Amino acid sequence: MKIPLRYNLGSLLARRTGTAMTVVGIGLTVAIFVIMTALVWGLESTFVETGHDNQLIVIRQGSLNETNSYFGRDLFQVVRFLPGVSRGENREPLAFGEIVVNVNHTRIDGENSNFILRGTVEPALALRPEVRLVEGRMFRGGLRELVASRAMSARFPDLALGSTVHLGRSDWNVVGIFESGGSAYDSEAWGDYGAVAQDWDRPVYSSIILRAESDAAAAQIRTRIADDQRINLQAIPQKQYFSDLASASTGIKLLGNFIAVIMGIGACFAAMNMMYGSVMSRTREIATLRAIGFRGRSILASFLLESMIVGCLGGILGCLLALPMHGISAATANFETFSEVLFHFKITPGILLRGILFAVTVGILGGYLPARRAARLRLIDLLRE
Amino acid sequence: MAGPLIEMKGLSKTFRRDSVEIPVLHDINLNVYEGDFISLMGPSGSGKSTLLNIVAGIDRPTGGELRVLDGDLLSMSEDQLASWRNHHVGFVFQHFNLIPVLSAAGNVELPLLLTPLNRKERREHVMTALKLVGLTDRADHYPRQLSGGQEQRVAIARAIVTDPTFVLADEPTGDLDADSATEVMEVLQGLNRQFHKTVLLVTHDPRAASYARIRHYLDKGILVERDS
Repeated sequence: MKIPLRYNLGSLLARRTGTAMTVVGIGLTVAIFVIMTALVWGLESTFVETGHDNQLIVIRQGSLNETNSYFGRDLFQVVRFLPGVSRGENREPLAFGEIVVNVNHTRIDGENSNFILRGTVEPALALRPEVRLVEGRMFRGGLRELVASRAMSARFPDLALGSTVHLGRSDWNVVGIFESGGSAYDSEAWGDYGAVAQDWDRPVYSSIILRAESDAAAAQIRTRIADDQRINLQAIPQKQYFSDLASASTGIKLLGNFIAVIMGIGACFAAMNMMYGSVMSRTREIATLRAIGFRGRSILASFLLESMIVGCLGGILGCLLALPMHGISAATANFETFSEVLFHFKITPGILLRGILFAVTVGILGGYLPARRAARLRLIDLLRE
Repeated sequence: MAGPLIEMKGLSKTFRRDSVEIPVLHDINLNVYEGDFISLMGPSGSGKSTLLNIVAGIDRPTGGELRVLDGDLLSMSEDQLASWRNHHVGFVFQHFNLIPVLSAAGNVELPLLLTPLNRKERREHVMTALKLVGLTDRADHYPRQLSGGQEQRVAIARAIVTDPTFVLADEPTGDLDADSATEVMEVLQGLNRQFHKTVLLVTHDPRAASYARIRHYLDKGILVERDS
């Protein structure tokens, strides 16, 4: 393309009102697109970033997740001594039974919602190295003590450090706050397994978390558990378990994409309208360029580039508008576990780049037809005008 | 004398509007030689601009023969014509047709962007052209900062910057006051006399036409007489 870039930039400035309005229109569309994408990625990564290689979650056969799984404690002894289960420094198997209950409680906004209370044991922390106690201390065995994620303690005031909260049949003291780096555990509170099982009158396990010695050992354990009809359990790789839970985001993803496409179409028409107006007001310039010797395809490329510049500016504006959402926490209902999932909007450089590309695409789609019209205007007709 | 640059034999042009045929040019026989300064005068609607457009390859005749620089324009594609115009034609329009968002130098540079010259060479050509029209001190000014006469002189500089074979000027003084018109015509006359540039001028202004060495008259599409 030989028509100088300063011609396009000058033309955009000369029609600054129309240009600005189109840039804002595209910018708002891109902001929505980036925010929705960040929401989906924040939600997905909450699950995708949870889990470790060679670790398995054992739940009842036929259950979809821990909250609707339960089995007798005797089965725990069968599983923990299976060949291939890794051993800790004390030579004990790294396998721990847990119970998961849904607790309905009042949020900071006054509304009620469910959250997951996990009854576990302190040694199980070894299988969750992403969890760090950042304030207070760990709960003690046999006592009605809780540790809550920082995100949960912000969302449920009764889960703040030092608070006492009535859950189940007892009052529980919140003795510690943990963080788990944005994993699914940020949506949980933990207590002693025995205390939780007793308070909810459930002398069972919801799940067993265990670490296998190797990939091969993990596969063997899965096979043994699946083949043993007596125990009626299933072992799922921990990463897969949580990524399957991420299906909670599917609906939001579809909705987000649908909204982005609809708004994108609108933005295309805005760009198209602006460019058609620009072409029709510059027929004399187009005639001059053609008379000088610029070919139709140079005209096409020039006007298309102009539209892409508008798109790009809109994209940058949209990204800037969306950036304040980065890191903001939000919650949604997980229809797999019937509890709240807390997540953070995550605006990554990749998402910003997608936003810019989305905007440039809007510019191209919106500008193509007007640019083609400009290129196809007959010189003789232009000169007669 | 060398052969004519432009040779028209029995040239005609008819426009069709809906089902009505409107003859605009009829049996035009005209030769233009290198170094000629020819004016085509006539009232509005006499076909002057149509003839100019045909010579420039912008329009096509309906009948007759046209040879320009020994080439057959009628067989060229649009892209070939565009390239041909860039090399051989300098166009001066009645309304100047400067690009408002480019400076005077930027406007003059436009035809050079289609040549292999580098930036430095283009700048030299631009300043040379502006010097010829007496506007080097206005190189960085935008059209809105120039008078009508200055704008038309910038347009002339743009028309000659590639050293085209001929300059086609369509009513170049049509939008100018008397003093500015004189300035512009003196520039065109200077290009013809000092640089032997071939100029084809279309005008309805007798004063502008008087600068030409050969004057033709078009009336209702027919070339009726010639003065020189």
